[in-house]
Amino acid sequence: MSKSLLWRATKAVFVRELRSEFRSRQALNAVALFAVCSIVAVSLGLGPLNRSAELPLVHAALLWIVLLFAAFTALARVFVVEEEQRTAAALRLAAPPHAVYLGKLLFNLLLLCALTVLVAVLAIVLLRMQVRSPGPFVVLLVTGALGLVAGTTLIAAMIARAASRGALFAVLSFPILIPMLVTAVRGTALALSGTGWDRCMAPIQTLIAYAVAMFVTSLFLFAYVWED
Amino acid sequence: MDAIELTQISIDYGARSVMANLTVRLNRGNVMVVTGQNGSGKSSLLRVVCGLQRPSAGQVRFIAGDQAVAPAEARQQIGWMAPDLMLYRELTGLENLRFFADVRGLGIPDAELNALLERVGLYGRGADVVATYSSGMTHRLRYAYALLHRPTVLLLDEPSVMLDQRGHELLEAVVAQQRMIGLTIIATNDPREQRFADVLIRLEGSA
Repeated sequence: MSKSLLWRATKAVFVRELRSEFRSRQALNAVALFAVCSIVAVSLGLGPLNRSAELPLVHAALLWIVLLFAAFTALARVFVVEEEQRTAAALRLAAPPHAVYLGKLLFNLLLLCALTVLVAVLAIVLLRMQVRSPGPFVVLLVTGALGLVAGTTLIAAMIARAASRGALFAVLSFPILIPMLVTAVRGTALALSGTGWDRCMAPIQTLIAYAVAMFVTSLFLFAYVWED
Repeated sequence: MDAIELTQISIDYGARSVMANLTVRLNRGNVMVVTGQNGSGKSSLLRVVCGLQRPSAGQVRFIAGDQAVAPAEARQQIGWMAPDLMLYRELTGLENLRFFADVRGLGIPDAELNALLERVGLYGRGADVVATYSSGMTHRLRYAYALLHRPTVLLLDEPSVMLDQRGHELLEAVVAQQRMIGLTIIATNDPREQRFADVLIRLEGSA
């Protein structure tokens, strides 16, 4: 398949996901509600935290935990819905596997970026999280979101036909996401505490490397997962 | 596609064998009708031919000229419809067709897509979301999905279920046209559809 045909098919899958989501708002509502409830519950439960050297690390950990579980809620949907509504067979027959993967990956990335913005804003407002190095903070969130999406989209395709999908998704994703999460939390804590680009570059590079490795691996494996 | 060869096809579900060692060749212009009781493997056979299911044993070969065609390439020439084929309920009929045309890399203009909707009896309903369609209309949209890319291999599973008399006329027209461009396999127990058969296969498995 030529690159232009692959791009056209990828764009079609992405636009279809977007259109379906705008009409049903299932994923968006679910993750937004989860994110708001989590941050509000955390802010009410913890109350105002005392300033200390560990505070940026606590905020970073809370931020990424909320993002991780919201991602568990939303990111598997792109494949689960295809199986539940029995549209997967029509898609399997018509669309090239790589286009399906790339289109759904892009949609998940957009969804997670929107969610990340929401969670970050809520954390700043409700948890009084201070961002002392906004540039590295934004880049760390974006690269972390890339890693999270790259790491989970293939697993979402794997578990879509399983009976207990929710548990399986978390069980399979967790070990794969641990290295990325540790890096993202530590990097975000550095950015929150005001560390400059020079020290934030190491976690950013690690997150980019993780995302690229997961993306390339998934691209190779997806056709087998999707068609078998 | 000039022919399909099924060689020693067996389909098992766990310990239960629903089909064993089916061997048949179907040539261009011909229609094969597969009949049998519920659970005899008619639908499974069609899913095996279009690549949605692996046979437990055996091989499906697609032949163009005297050359075997790779399965991935052959899949692009297969049109499949079945009662369990679902299209996107939140999209309109036209949006569904445009989507499947785009993912196949076909730049089909809306006028042609509307003509296809008219052909399958959905004239004027292309702008309605599929969730509002009746079961018969949904089945007609499945025809449009299967015929969208002018397939040379057409697989019809229970093609007239849920259709009215005009739906039967649609099926007759589709089969007649398909005889000119390729080959057709129909899974059915409807005697009216068995009349299309150049090759008739009765599966002996039971529910």
